[in-house]
Amino acid sequence: MTAAEAMPRQDIERAPAAEGPAPRRTRTTRPLTRSVSARTAWLLRCLSILVPLAAWQAVSASGRVDPAFLPSPSAVWAAGLDMAAGGELAADLAASLGRIAAGFGLAVLISVPLGFAMGTLGWAQPLLEPAVGILRYLPASAFIPLLIIWLGIGEASKVALLVLGVVFFNTLMTADAVRQVPRRLLEVSATLGASRPRVAARVVFPYALPGIIDAMRVNAAAAWNFVVVAELVAATSGLGYRITRAQRFLQTDRIFAILVVIGLIGLAIDVALRLLRARVGRWAR
Amino acid sequence: MSGLRLEGVRKEFVPGRPVLQDVDLSVASGDFVCVVGASGSGKSTLLGMVAGLVPPTAGRVLLDGREVSGPGPDRGLVFQTASLYPWRTVAQNVAFGLEALGLPRAARRERVRWLLDEVGLGHLAGALPGRLSGGQQQRVAIARALACAPRVLLLDEPFGALDVQTKEDMQLFVRQVWQDVTPTGERPTVVMVTHDTEEAVFLARRVVVLSSDPGRISQEIVIDLPGPRPLEIRRSAEFLRIRAEVEDLVRAEHRAHQARLAAAPT
Ligand SMILES: Nc1ncnc2c1ncn2[C@@H]1O[C@H](COP(=O)(O)OP(=O)(O)O)[C@@H](O)[C@H]1O
Ligand SMILES: [Mg+2]
Repeated sequence: MTAAEAMPRQDIERAPAAEGPAPRRTRTTRPLTRSVSARTAWLLRCLSILVPLAAWQAVSASGRVDPAFLPSPSAVWAAGLDMAAGGELAADLAASLGRIAAGFGLAVLISVPLGFAMGTLGWAQPLLEPAVGILRYLPASAFIPLLIIWLGIGEASKVALLVLGVVFFNTLMTADAVRQVPRRLLEVSATLGASRPRVAARVVFPYALPGIIDAMRVNAAAAWNFVVVAELVAATSGLGYRITRAQRFLQTDRIFAILVVIGLIGLAIDVALRLLRARVGRWAR
Repeated sequence: MSGLRLEGVRKEFVPGRPVLQDVDLSVASGDFVCVVGASGSGKSTLLGMVAGLVPPTAGRVLLDGREVSGPGPDRGLVFQTASLYPWRTVAQNVAFGLEALGLPRAARRERVRWLLDEVGLGHLAGALPGRLSGGQQQRVAIARALACAPRVLLLDEPFGALDVQTKEDMQLFVRQVWQDVTPTGERPTVVMVTHDTEEAVFLARRVVVLSSDPGRISQEIVIDLPGPRPLEIRRSAEFLRIRAEVEDLVRAEHRAHQARLAAAPT
């Protein structure tokens, strides 16, 4: 046997016994998890509210900022109580909530069937997607002047703004939720003798409902924003209107109080839809 | 003619590239046929065409002499994953087809209860599918298909995702279903796809071997074993002999396919 033939074999024999330094310690790794204990989570939630509040209190107590710019938390609380006692807060709240009910409700009534059709009917998707996809990028607030010209400064223009701001997004997100239904489930339903309308009503809709509610929850936040924007521009009632009033008299404490109310109502809407989602989508857990 | 017939069936998803070609198959009413073949040989496509979900490119699928033109409750289908309605209870899942048929509520409830007792899931009637084990879910899926009293039961690798023990239970279960469990008292024709040759020989009265690319029926083996089959029959010489025969055929098909792939210009 020549050396040339023997060489490779020696290499092979040597290879398995790795001569490099052995790893000194076994490295342990932890999976990336996003969970913390329930107690920690509640603690962090409280901190998330209390820390900004404390910072606010500290800044206003330091006296370095003019209270006309940044009122103290207690001044804001007092202004809120004052407005609540005067009855105007309740009236404004009712006006704003009425608008969101009308505008968001209408948007849902239009977008859910439209999105459902886009997600289920072969021809509805290519027919609607381009138009809806483009319209979605037109900022609804930019339509305010046009809406006022078309519909005046009454309720109609505010409801229309809400519809414009919500309907396109909600349509596309509903269609997405509907398309999540597994093909197998649709096929099996057909073999069980269910007609297409029956499959749409008894299979697609229940399957997609939690996703549809999720879409609504996301878009309810946008709707709530649009109400206030609409009222800032032209209104004689509502939380947004109350802000512009307060601005005229430099009542920053009132502005802050209204902002807090707006935040709390938004949170309440979100929590309500979350609860609904959890109820409807119990099976998905 | 009573039973299922495929006549010159061909399927192309891409024109000029048949997935199935010249498939002729007759399954007598009440027979149990297993289709074995390599992955991608077109087994699911074949079942899909019988179910009416996949239209054949050429040829015809006939059930009791009538051409199949779409899905219907006379042909029940069960996939590898149970595909249950997760928001419906077990009983409501089984009732789905009966609702579509327009059966009155009382009759529905009665048949569902009978079926769930037959498949041993009476105690889980009110449970949601998410709480069930894989084997239990497959039982529900089979019960759901059987509820409509189908003439043909189509099973597409129904136990492929189950552990060995559960799979064994389910095989006995399917044999029993085929022999006894029929709402109308008439035995359903079963066509089952599997890649497990032992399962095929154990369950079927006839095994059909599908070749690959394009899928054709290359062999049919009549399984000459007695009707009632205990699990131990798998260790009998006769069983092992038939199983080896089927395995050799599948292997030969696989080798031939590999050879064609290697020879084909890319
Ligand atoms: N809907 C479809 N569109 C295009 N190709 C498909 C479709 N369904 C199946 N095929 C192709 O047909 C061949 C056979 O698939 P299938 O019937 O699922 O095989 P098997 O069940 O035997 O594994 C595969 O090559 C697959 O890619
Ligand atoms: Mg398959």
